[in-house]
Amino acid sequence: MANAPRDFDVPEAAVAPKRRGSFSIVWLIPLVAVVIGGWLAYKAISERGPTITISFKTAEGLEAGKTKIKYKNVDVGEVKSIVLSPDRSGVILTAELKKETTPYLVEDTRFWVVSAHIAAGGVSGLGTLFSGSYIGVDIGKSSKPQRHFVGLEVGPVVAADLPGRQFVLHSDDPGSLDRGSPVFFRRVRVGQVVASDLDQDGKGVTVKVFVEAPYDQYVTADTRFWQASGVDVTLDATGIKVDTQSLASILLGGIAFQAPPDGPTSASAEPDAVFTLFHDRTAAMAKPDTDAVPALLYFSESLRGLSVGAPVDFSGVTIGEVKAISADFDEAARTIRFPVEIALYPDRLRARSRHAIAKPTPAERKARFDSLIAAGARFQLKTGNLLTGQLFVALDFFPNAPKATIDWTKKPMELPTVPGGLQELQKMLADLSKKFHKLPLDEIGTNLRLTLQTLNRTLQSTDAFVKHLDAEVAPVARGALEDVRRTLTTAERTLTADAPLQHDLREALRELTRAAQALRVLADFLERHPEALIHGKKEDQK
Amino acid sequence: MIAVTAAEEGLMVCHTCGLLSAPSATDHHPVCPRCGAGLHMRKPDSINRAWAYLIAAAILFIPANVLPVMVTGAIFGTQSDTIMSGVVYLWTSGSWPLAAIIFIASIMVPGSKLLALFFLLVSAQRRSTWKPLERTKLYRVVELVGRWSMVDIYVAAILTALVQFQALATIKAGPGAIAFGAVVVLTMFAAECFDPRLIWDPLLRRADG
Repeated sequence: MANAPRDFDVPEAAVAPKRRGSFSIVWLIPLVAVVIGGWLAYKAISERGPTITISFKTAEGLEAGKTKIKYKNVDVGEVKSIVLSPDRSGVILTAELKKETTPYLVEDTRFWVVSAHIAAGGVSGLGTLFSGSYIGVDIGKSSKPQRHFVGLEVGPVVAADLPGRQFVLHSDDPGSLDRGSPVFFRRVRVGQVVASDLDQDGKGVTVKVFVEAPYDQYVTADTRFWQASGVDVTLDATGIKVDTQSLASILLGGIAFQAPPDGPTSASAEPDAVFTLFHDRTAAMAKPDTDAVPALLYFSESLRGLSVGAPVDFSGVTIGEVKAISADFDEAARTIRFPVEIALYPDRLRARSRHAIAKPTPAERKARFDSLIAAGARFQLKTGNLLTGQLFVALDFFPNAPKATIDWTKKPMELPTVPGGLQELQKMLADLSKKFHKLPLDEIGTNLRLTLQTLNRTLQSTDAFVKHLDAEVAPVARGALEDVRRTLTTAERTLTADAPLQHDLREALRELTRAAQALRVLADFLERHPEALIHGKKEDQK
Repeated sequence: MIAVTAAEEGLMVCHTCGLLSAPSATDHHPVCPRCGAGLHMRKPDSINRAWAYLIAAAILFIPANVLPVMVTGAIFGTQSDTIMSGVVYLWTSGSWPLAAIIFIASIMVPGSKLLALFFLLVSAQRRSTWKPLERTKLYRVVELVGRWSMVDIYVAAILTALVQFQALATIKAGPGAIAFGAVVVLTMFAAECFDPRLIWDPLLRRADG
């Protein structure tokens, strides 16, 4: 074809040297594209971190594709989608995390929503007002990987990697404690409450506290925890003492701990050790009642005002408490009596002797109780507060009480009682009224009437006598009185200033004065001229 | 119809200087006697090269659509958008015309270009005689529309240059932008390599035969 004859002239093309190989370089381009694409794909796949699901109650503040997952404020992932859970009780978040987080996605890793939070204790998460809520992560310590998590409704108070120890406290009334409430040691804030939950049986509250290192070493096996909430006002012989922790703890409540001063110094407590949370410091520092002796008291009087927990008091010292009260029909006596179960703490009665006393054996204890009862120790219900009528059980000595012994075969032992003060008063009043009843009031009345009649008669005779006196004696007496008046008038006349007697008397006195003067002149002359006695008075020696 | 083509006459046109010359029958690699450029009966290795570019473009088309084209950083956090997510965002936020423009320019056009070139190449390779005129028109459209797909890259490049307010807002081009640009360029190359005369060649042969 190319060599076909042409009817026009075309210059002949020149000859070029033959090309090497037949592979076209252009195929390098798709090769490079494959390499780039493959590399991108590899990078995308290799950088693709694990996908996890987190369930929350609500997706408030969360947005698919926007909400970040942050660990220590570093982005480690992003929420990809938010869907309702199948049972519509919550939401399920699907989140993609960075590859390097894979080893941290373990069983106890926790997720929670961080948003602005304002509470009495402080303000947190203000940054989320601008950036929107994010999901916080706290990496757990377990090694078991997990991909589905249940999000916490509130963020953990303490991060898992914070050094310190957690302890468990049991309390029947946690007061105003809440998550985040401070924990004090010698008034220094050393930790906080991380959880406060009802017990399974609902009979108490379990409070978990976290004590930061290095303060956690001060929590020993015999450390006591108590509630430092609020203000503790003590009124004693030295005056009023107000004891508080920090102002914040007054508002928020708090927990303080300390080892009892006389306790043995023991090693630091194990993590998650269980302690009792006492209501106040006094209760916490009291000797532990390790040795409680149950006893049963039967009262015949009303237990109104006696509550479980009321003290058993011996001369002002609480030696036990009421555990249970009930009513009981006594078959034998066919009466209703009221059993009161108490717990006695013999340790509190123990003498503070110099020597440590070994724990008494049961036989010794029996002997002690027996001797006490023989000495007249009896239990009695007493009114603690007249206003509220609160009762307590008092132990006191009544040497005149009827003899009683302890029946040691019964469990718990039954201790003798005597009627309480109020009941005694009632009994006395009853006795008194009975005695009143016995009085021969009719007889007394008759006698009284007779007496009164006699008295009446006596009065009548007195009246007659007086009349008689009036008639007979009065005129005579009047005469006598007139005589007396006359005498007095005469005397008056005699004694008046112008009476002749007076005048004479004055004259006589004047004479007497003159005589005395003359006598004095004579005496003077004689003193100067004693010779005159012999020679007689000379004429004037002029 | 005077069905005489240069090829039938064994003549070649120099692609560089346009000189028509008759290569010697024995020589496999003729050169232009005037300017020394290589002479080819048709664009050299047209189908092969077009295929290569097309395949490369098709491969890169995947990351171009999957990877983020633009990474927007603001105080509210960073956000990376692929082309499709941008379209979806515009569509849901009510800017339908804009969404349509971006969808057509950035997804439909490159996609359909790939498909069109694929179709042209396959049909040329199989020496199909089916509707050559329409196929030629298709080729012209493909060639014409190619550069307009760069609009996306253009926007991303301008925004990247403009929006740099450090903490407040920054925009960066993502890896998808490079891939997308490569797709556009490679498809343009593929279209360039394809010799539309190949559409007509089998027709002549058939008429010949």
